[in-house]
Amino acid sequence: MATLTTPPVMENLAERAKAATLSHDEIQRYSRHLIIPEVGIEGQRKLKAARVLCIGAGGLGSPVALYLAAAGVGTLGIVEFDQVDFSNLQRQVIHGTGDVGKSKLQSAAETIHSINPNVRVEGHPVHLSSENALEIFRGYDVVVDGTDNFPTRYLVNDACVLTGIPNVYASIFRFEGQASVLALPDGPCYRCWYPEPPPPGLVPSCAEGGVLGVLPGIMGLVQSLEAVKLILGIGEPLKNRVLLFDALGMRFRELKLRKNPECPVCGDHPSIRQLIDYQEFCGMRGVEAPAEPEPAGEEITPAELKQWRDRGRDVFVLDVREPHEYQICALPDAKLIPLGELPQRWQELDPHRPTVVHCRSGARSAKAVRFLRQQGFDKVWNLRGGILAWADDVDPNVPKY
Amino acid sequence: MPVTVHIPTPLRPFAGKQDQVSVEGASVGEVLARLTAGHPALRPHLYTPEGRLRSFVNIYLNDEDIRYIGREAAPVKPGDTLSIVPAVAGGR
Repeated sequence: MATLTTPPVMENLAERAKAATLSHDEIQRYSRHLIIPEVGIEGQRKLKAARVLCIGAGGLGSPVALYLAAAGVGTLGIVEFDQVDFSNLQRQVIHGTGDVGKSKLQSAAETIHSINPNVRVEGHPVHLSSENALEIFRGYDVVVDGTDNFPTRYLVNDACVLTGIPNVYASIFRFEGQASVLALPDGPCYRCWYPEPPPPGLVPSCAEGGVLGVLPGIMGLVQSLEAVKLILGIGEPLKNRVLLFDALGMRFRELKLRKNPECPVCGDHPSIRQLIDYQEFCGMRGVEAPAEPEPAGEEITPAELKQWRDRGRDVFVLDVREPHEYQICALPDAKLIPLGELPQRWQELDPHRPTVVHCRSGARSAKAVRFLRQQGFDKVWNLRGGILAWADDVDPNVPKY
Repeated sequence: MPVTVHIPTPLRPFAGKQDQVSVEGASVGEVLARLTAGHPALRPHLYTPEGRLRSFVNIYLNDEDIRYIGREAAPVKPGDTLSIVPAVAGGR
């Protein structure tokens, strides 16, 4: 069994544990822990003295908070600003039907106290941000990351590295989960694994892509177990490796995860020494509140396209007519791929670049848009009325045929 | 005997809904080239338009990140497993 290098922030946990005495009720409550030699009274006191911060009380945070409370973790911090919604109940098992509409913090605290009134809940009803993260994190022994977006994932990672608090990480999508313990002394961090985030919109969230309700239970309990092991200082932490879970195949696999000496936050010569703008880092600036919202449906009008181009907004124009039609008239900078050739040639296109497709009057391009969306293009629209409408509404110099 | 490539859930729609694909090849680069030739819809998810592997998709040969074993030049043996592991953020 490998020995665990204790993170500096946890070094005084054994000291604090000496002051954490157990009442008779607690001795009865934790008897199944106390008779395990690796836990015992000393371990249970460590759990009581421990301070764990859960980021989110959602799919992952629910089982984490429930089991850590039951196990006797003395202080559970929870960062959560949301209210309970009916659509949460399929997986966020810390909340019940009667909690819908309540703040998740209040609902979680009530459930935790009904399971174990000895647990102190510290609520942080805020959006975690670069401005508040370090202040919130300080004083906790372990952070458990149960968030749902890349900016917050990188923020939690960097804040853990900067404060020296281990990051018990998991993430989920549909039927698959990933877990690791990051930011341990001499261990890798999330940036060692994924130096850069994917562009916004490419990787669907649970809200967009869905998640099997049981999956966060499994991954959240992997996190709970790792947090308990860190607190007790026993076993081999999920360090320098990633656990992948495939629910459909019912398989756990393990991949190596190495500390990158060039890592900008935890490497030998870090360039990131304070928290940065994570919305910007993840390319999200302007995505949250776009100056011009993107069309919700599959169509864009000629006037809208003209406006986009006039304002210098990046938009790629694809013409799916035949070459002889293209010779009659064409939109400036349009790329020609006839509809019939699209199934063989669509990979010439960038699926993440905003793309407007047109034909003569809009019928062929509507088919092309449907096809491209099936291939994973998420920013593709049909020019309503085709080049004929463009001639009518925008540019009378374009000949109609 | 070919190499088994594990396709993650988000990319399965682009690989004929398969969770794994058998591909011949002598190196990681060759296997990925044949994989994307057989499933062209996968290509833009793995490579930039300039032909570089995307930085938010990690490729593992067995349990080793290819960035530490020669990237696309890393040799593969029959029976090896190649895994595509994209960054995933979901948790709520």
